[in-house]
Amino acid sequence: MNKTWLIIQREYSSRVKNKRFLILTFLTPLLIVGLIAASAYFSITGVEFRKIAVIDPNGFIKTSLKNTNQISFSFPEKVDTTNYVEKGYTDILILPQFEKGKKSDYVLRSKKSMGLMLQESISNRINSAIEDQMLQDAGIQQNMLDSIHKASQVAELKAYEDKGSSSKESNAGLAMGIGYASGLLIYMTMFIYGAMVMRGVMEEKTNRIAEVIISSVKPFELMMGKIIGIGAVGLTQFLLWIVLIISLTSAASGFLPADIQHQVTTLQQNNGQMAGGMMQASESAQKIYSLQHTISTANWPLIIACFIFYFIGGYLFYAALFAAVGSTVNEDPQDAQSLMFPITMPLIFSYIITNMVTQNPNTPIAFWASIIPFSSPMVMMARVAYGVPSAVSYWELGLSMLCLVGGFIFTTWLSGRIYRTGILLYGKKVTWKIMFKWAFKKA
Amino acid sequence: MDALLSLQNLKKYYATQKAVDDISFDIERGSIFGLLGPNGAGKTTLLRMITGIFYPDSGHILLDGATFNPMVDIEKIGYMPEERGMYKKMKIGEQALYLAQLKGMSKAEATEKIKYWFKKFEMESWWNKKVEDLSKGMSQKLQFVITVLHEPKLIILDEPFSGLDPLNANLIKDEIYALAKKGSTIIFSTHRMEQVEEICDHIVLVNLGKKILDGSVAGIKQQFKENNFSIEIKAGAGLTSNSIFTIINETNSKYLIKINEGHSVNNVLQYIIEQKIELIGFNEVLPSLNEIFIKLVEGTHAGARAFQNI
Repeated sequence: MNKTWLIIQREYSSRVKNKRFLILTFLTPLLIVGLIAASAYFSITGVEFRKIAVIDPNGFIKTSLKNTNQISFSFPEKVDTTNYVEKGYTDILILPQFEKGKKSDYVLRSKKSMGLMLQESISNRINSAIEDQMLQDAGIQQNMLDSIHKASQVAELKAYEDKGSSSKESNAGLAMGIGYASGLLIYMTMFIYGAMVMRGVMEEKTNRIAEVIISSVKPFELMMGKIIGIGAVGLTQFLLWIVLIISLTSAASGFLPADIQHQVTTLQQNNGQMAGGMMQASESAQKIYSLQHTISTANWPLIIACFIFYFIGGYLFYAALFAAVGSTVNEDPQDAQSLMFPITMPLIFSYIITNMVTQNPNTPIAFWASIIPFSSPMVMMARVAYGVPSAVSYWELGLSMLCLVGGFIFTTWLSGRIYRTGILLYGKKVTWKIMFKWAFKKA
Repeated sequence: MDALLSLQNLKKYYATQKAVDDISFDIERGSIFGLLGPNGAGKTTLLRMITGIFYPDSGHILLDGATFNPMVDIEKIGYMPEERGMYKKMKIGEQALYLAQLKGMSKAEATEKIKYWFKKFEMESWWNKKVEDLSKGMSQKLQFVITVLHEPKLIILDEPFSGLDPLNANLIKDEIYALAKKGSTIIFSTHRMEQVEEICDHIVLVNLGKKILDGSVAGIKQQFKENNFSIEIKAGAGLTSNSIFTIINETNSKYLIKINEGHSVNNVLQYIIEQKIELIGFNEVLPSLNEIFIKLVEGTHAGARAFQNI
C-alpha cells in the first residue's frame, strides 16, 4: 500500500508540475469564457441591418408596425420594385388590399436573401398589425389595446414538482442544460484521462522500465497507482476549473453598473418583486435576476455529489480497460488504435444515448443505459439533472451506483490480469482473443 | 555449503513451450554465480521467478533458508534486467530516489546512499539532468547504481557490461568484486564467456529449459579437459604424431597435442627425452568455457525453440 502511494505521488506530481498541465488548466476556462463572450458579442453586432420599404394600400399598417434594432420599416412615396435598391433600401415589402375573411399573400423582394428568423419576425409583426387593426375595427380603443398587450405578458409558465406536501419549482430547460453539460464533461474526461493512462502504460512498457519497477512492486500496484494518480490529476483540474470559472464570473458581474447590481439584490431579497414605492426594475436587472433564480432551482448539492461519484466511477471503469490495452501494445501505436476500438465504441454510443436522454429522461432505453456501467456515468447524470426522485427514483440511482462500483471492480480485476502478462511481453502482436485468454487462465 | 538461494525443481511452462523444466541448484552466500545459456534457454524466465515477477508452476525457491516470499523478500534483491529503461523525462536524482523508495528505503536514507554512489562514480553533476540527455553507457552506470543502492543480499545482473567502454566496464567489475567481498551474492547472466571465466566462481548452464551443467569454473574445465597439452621445443627439431600422442596443431615449434588413451604425461615426456629433443615448455591446455558452451549447445536447435510446440 505504501508503495502504491509512492507511485500515485509520482504519477500525480510529474503531471501536475508539467508546464502543459498548467497551461491547459488556466487557458481552458479563459477560452470558454472568451468563446461565450465572443459569440454574445457577434450575436449583437454581427447581425445585418435591413431597411425595408413598405408599400401599403391599406394605410393602417404604418401606425402599428414597429421598428427593431435589426429592421427599420419606412413608407416612402414613389418607390417600387424597380428602384428600391437605388433609393437605399435592402428590401421591398408589397402588401395587398386586405379584405375581411379572404386569404391574401404579401410579397417581399430583396437583392440579398433573408434568413428564416428574420422572415418569421417580419411575418409575425405584420400579422399582429393586422390583428390589432381588426380588433380596433371591432371597436376596441387604442389605449385599451395597449393595456391588454401589457397585461397579457405577465403570465409565464412555471412548472412545479410535487413532493408530497411541498412542491418545488422545476425547469426543464435548465435540467437539459445541466444533463447535457455533465454528460459531455464525463465523456470528455473518459477519453482524455483514459488515453492518458494508456499512454502512461505504453511509455513504461516501451521504455523498458516496467521490468525494473515490477521487480520492486506488484504489477497490480503499478497499474492502480497509475490509474489513481492520473484520476487525481483529473480531479485537480476540475476543481481548478470550477474555482476559476466562479471567480471569473463574479469578476465579470463586478463590471455591471452599480444601479443594476442594486436592483438585482433587491429582487433577490424580495423574491422577484420590487419593493413597494420603488421604481420598476430595469430589463437587464430582471434578466439577470431570472437567470440567477432559474439556476438556483436546481438541486445543486445532489447534482455535484452525483457528478463526482459518476466521474470517479466511470473513470475507474474505463481507465482500467485503457490500461489493459496500453499494456498489450508494442512499439507500434497503430496497434493501440485498433485495440482501443472496443472501448471507444461504447463510449461514443453512450454519448449518443445521453443526447437523447437529455430531452426525454424516462424512456426504457434511458433506464437501461443508466443502469449498465458502460453508459451509466453519462446517461444517469443526464437523468439526475431532472431531479431525484421525480425523474429517477432512489432505487434506480442506488442500483446504478451499485452496478458501477461492481463494474469497475470487475474491469480492474480483468485488466489487472491482462496487464500482468502484457506489460512484460514484447514483440508479440496481441489480439482481443489472446487478452481474453490471459484474463481467464488460472493463476 | 551455506546457500543463500536454493532452487528446487522449478518448472514454468508456457502455452507453447517448457520455458523452465525442472531446474534445481544452490547459490553459495557471497559467491559470484554465472547463469549461462543460449538465447531463449529460459534464463530470463528463471530470473523472473527468482525476482518474484513470475510464480513457478511448481517447485520451491528458498532464500536464506526460508521459502521465498515475494511480498517481503523483494527488498532483499536488486535486479538489473537485460532490457532496462528509465523514465526519459524525469530528473535523474528524483528517479533514483523514486526507485530506491519503491525498494523500501526511507527518503533520507535513499538520498544519502544516492549521493554516496553518485560521488563514487563521478555522477554528482547528473542529479538535475534528465535520462534522455544521457548516453547509453551513462544510463547503464545509473542502472547499476539503482540496482545496488538498497544493499541487496542478492544482486542479479543481466548482461551488465553490454554497451560499456572498457574503462566503465572495469569500474563496474571492481564494484561487483567489492560487493561480493562485503557478503552480497551476485547472479550474473551473460553470453560473454570470457567475462564469466574471469569473474564467476560457480556456473550453471541451461539449455532448452533444462540445467545441463553445474559446477565451479575450475571444476568444469577439469571435467571437460581432453588431455590436450601444449609443447614448445627448441627450433630445428621436429615432432610427429605417434602411438603416444597425436598432434592437433603446429606453429613455429609450438605444438598442441592430444595424449592417446592409455598413456600419461610421463609417457610423453619420456618419449621426448628419448628422442633427444630439447623441451622449452610443457603445459596442460584446458578448454575455454566458450568451447564447452559451444560443444554442449551446438546441434540442439536452441535458437528455433521458440517456434516449436511441446
